[in-house]
Amino acid sequence: MIETIYNIISQYILLPLTIAVFPVDYQTEAMLFFQTTIKILAIVVPVMIAVAYFTYAERKVIGFIQGRIGPNRVGLFGFRLWGLGQPIADAVKLIAKEIIIPLNANRSLFIIAPILSLAPALAAWAVIPFDDTKVLANINAGLLYVLALTSLAVYGVIIAGWASNSKYAFLGAIRSAAQIVAYEIAMGFALVGVLIAAGSLNLGEIVNAQSGSVIHWFWLPLLPLFVIYFISGVAETNRAPFDVAEGESELVAGFHVEYSGMAFSVFFMAEYANMILIAVLSALLFFGGWLSPFQGIIFLEDIFSWVPGMFWLLAKTSIFMFLFLWFRATFPRYRYDQIMRLGWKVFIPITIVWLVVISSLVVIDLPPWFS
Amino acid sequence: MLSNYFPILIFGAMVLLMGTFLVAIGLILGKIMGHARPDKAKQSPYECGFEAFEDARIKFDVRYYLVAILFIIFDLEIAFLFPWAVALKEIGMAGFWAMMIFLGVLVIGFIYEWKKGALDWE
Repeated sequence: MIETIYNIISQYILLPLTIAVFPVDYQTEAMLFFQTTIKILAIVVPVMIAVAYFTYAERKVIGFIQGRIGPNRVGLFGFRLWGLGQPIADAVKLIAKEIIIPLNANRSLFIIAPILSLAPALAAWAVIPFDDTKVLANINAGLLYVLALTSLAVYGVIIAGWASNSKYAFLGAIRSAAQIVAYEIAMGFALVGVLIAAGSLNLGEIVNAQSGSVIHWFWLPLLPLFVIYFISGVAETNRAPFDVAEGESELVAGFHVEYSGMAFSVFFMAEYANMILIAVLSALLFFGGWLSPFQGIIFLEDIFSWVPGMFWLLAKTSIFMFLFLWFRATFPRYRYDQIMRLGWKVFIPITIVWLVVISSLVVIDLPPWFS
Repeated sequence: MLSNYFPILIFGAMVLLMGTFLVAIGLILGKIMGHARPDKAKQSPYECGFEAFEDARIKFDVRYYLVAILFIIFDLEIAFLFPWAVALKEIGMAGFWAMMIFLGVLVIGFIYEWKKGALDWE
């Protein structure tokens, strides 16, 4: 269905437009540019909508966990619809709010910081495969690209903390930077484990290496690495229980305490886009991405063979997104020295040991995963 | 080959533009609809109601700096592991043992750091 819509747009809107506007020599390039832009919009717009409704889901889920109802007043067109209009109302409110720039802040850095925070969180989606064929940039260094872009997120945080020239923002920023950096090592080692198991940096090939059945997925041989990857992802996005960088009870809001209005909400979007990215990567790297969980089971495989692969990817991603909210509602906040101890003294030794284990298993060609 | 990276270039440019657009529209609409009435208290950095004592670019703990240095070392190790991990099936036992020796050296360094207390945060 998505292909059909794309083909119609490409054939009946882009092609005549290109022929009408551009000289003959440049038409191929212009067409390629337009088609790529349409594909990018087809990724970015759903991600932004997902970000908006993820905030709604967060309030709703945490509400139910705490025995409340959550937002239920703002509806659409006069209907209440369980509060589904809430994210739109929030967006309108935030756009209309004034952006206050403190007098002794560095103005240019202050404005650049949220942009630098949002851009990598979205740009990483360029290499995410949604299906066997649906991938924007099928590059052979996909995982390296994702790792590089998730590392760039720290610049937005530290520039925001520095530019604000406020003590809370500064303390929050250095805490957050040290924490992100510490957990990035554990995350990198976990990703190396996936690489060893799959033998490729291309995300599509990593998923295809897991095909077979549920026990062929990498979560089983890489279970410790998966757990560490996901917990590092939670720490990396500064989410509860690792949210000392924001720490409402001591630092008010951490690095974005001086931000208001749209500048604040861009930071907010970046955080949620990063969470969705971590969730989709967990599904791709450890839980077989778009592969059906009923693969290899005699009867069920045929019954569910009509379900598109994208559905399975979205279902798996939603489970991990739910885990983020569940963690926030359940765990008390860690102390900073405990966070650093967990990152350096627990995760790094475990990942190094498991790297040795997994590479030995690959070298001896252990079935069913590495034969 | 390299043409596969073309969409990434456009993607990067587009998300940067999008971020700039969002912040710009916030600045403009916020000016118009937010009734900006700047005064000294509103534009000073937030410190729970007190006037800001001094410049916020204060001295901070040297341990943050230490974390940054340790990060560079370990991140470099990961960069070394990436090509090895991709090629492990081709390079066989020799490649496997070479990396085990490398990891052994890394672990010795890690134990030294641990014993020296570089990883403590008390």
